[in-house]
Amino acid sequence: MSYYNFLLEPISCHAWNKERTQIAICPNNHEVHIYKKEGGDKWSKIHELKEHNGQVTGIDWAPESNRIVTCGTDRNAYVWTLKGNVWRPTLVILRINRAARCVKWSPKENKFAVGSGSRLISICYFEQENDWWVCKHIKKPIRSTVLSLDWHPNNILLAAGSCDFKCRIFSAYIKEVEEKPSPTPWGSKMPFGELMFESSGTDGWVHSICFSGSGGRVAWVSHDSTVAVATGSKNTVISSLSSETLPLLAVTFITENSLVAAGHDCYPMLYVYDEGKGTITFGGKLDIPKQSTQRGMTARERFQNLDKKASSETEKATLDSVHKNSISQISILEGDKSKCNKFCTTGMDGGMTIWDVKTLESSMKDLKIV
Amino acid sequence: MSKNVSSDRFRKVDVDEYDENKFVDEEEGGENQQGPDEGEVDSLIRQGNVMGALQAVLKNPPMNTKNQALKDRAEGLVLKVLSSFKSGDIEKAVQSLDKNGVDLLMKYIYKGFEQPTENSSTVLLQWHEKALSAGGVGSIVRVLTARRTV
Repeated sequence: MSYYNFLLEPISCHAWNKERTQIAICPNNHEVHIYKKEGGDKWSKIHELKEHNGQVTGIDWAPESNRIVTCGTDRNAYVWTLKGNVWRPTLVILRINRAARCVKWSPKENKFAVGSGSRLISICYFEQENDWWVCKHIKKPIRSTVLSLDWHPNNILLAAGSCDFKCRIFSAYIKEVEEKPSPTPWGSKMPFGELMFESSGTDGWVHSICFSGSGGRVAWVSHDSTVAVATGSKNTVISSLSSETLPLLAVTFITENSLVAAGHDCYPMLYVYDEGKGTITFGGKLDIPKQSTQRGMTARERFQNLDKKASSETEKATLDSVHKNSISQISILEGDKSKCNKFCTTGMDGGMTIWDVKTLESSMKDLKIV
Repeated sequence: MSKNVSSDRFRKVDVDEYDENKFVDEEEGGENQQGPDEGEVDSLIRQGNVMGALQAVLKNPPMNTKNQALKDRAEGLVLKVLSSFKSGDIEKAVQSLDKNGVDLLMKYIYKGFEQPTENSSTVLLQWHEKALSAGGVGSIVRVLTARRTV
């Protein structure tokens, strides 16, 4: 587990390249900075991508085609390609009148989806004849900002979490670029914009959403401190867990049954999903706190504490966790969603931590990753 | 400055009502919700069975209904039950509730804070401390984010 502090401001969003040697981050402004890993624990800034006029809210780096897509509050998205040693942007007209909030390349990297405050999702694909990125909208029945997106491995289905308290799965089938899809547990007829699944039962904005490695399950976290998982089938069953922590902001599958989620409590935690029982259980807190030295309290301090705060325990003013502020994004570094070996978290403290699943499993007793 | 002689009634118009994209929650049938059974709860309190009274008063919460009188009556009943506990018994009572029960109790506690009466705040604060250790800050977050509440 290693922690690196990039800046003093929050990292709005980040994305890794295929080899995991470079990371693109938005340092809470209109730019995207790309850092390269030097030996040891050093990172050096090698590129600055300046084109947006508003804060960059989403970055995604396509591993195979090595293109970066960014979206921002200026209602635009840019696709960046590396020419020589310079990243060149191509504007994508999203036809939205509010800020773009999140962007994701599809698994085959022939299209990407942008969620926005205009209460719609823009699916963008490249049209060869016009040498131009074209977009199609999914509007119904989204009634508020789309906060998070994730693609199904079949390149067609897209899960969207939005501020109208629902998680939905849509079909983003574009006949110009792909073949008709085969049936999935979520349904068989998948015309563009078809709503395959809509969740119910959780209140709170859906901050983050994730398909499992096989695509048969979808997990989401919402602002009422709940984690929920739905398994696709004829009668989809939603299991949810009301957690005792502050709301979570990011979630990802690390195996078919285990989820790692993190949020305002500043540490990642493990959740285990049992499909047979339809339950989600808390697996444990994934943080190795530093052992702080305990100094004894003098009698005077004890009385002062009792007088001012009505408590007789030593209260620590600093956080034990590695991150000192909310974690806003989790990404898989090594492995994939069905078997993850390393994942990375970035947060509002400007820091990035790389977590090793094997090390966590061995260092915390009772932690079982199924 | 010049005096405004023409009508300024337009300033009092609620423009949000005319927004065609205004978000309204889905209506879920709340007409059948009666709130906790007053008779049952009162008799349990009189018998001295405060644990039973707590279980009874947390049944049938008037969450979906628009009837404010029903909600006030339910809140008053809950407050009566909470006040009839001895301080030492509160912790055991909270332990006997399940997760949903603790969340519901938190909702009633915060509702009670909104209209403080003579002694209600003290009682509610004691219950709040115990409910917090059982439900964690998550239960308070759920009070804040609930779309339909008691």
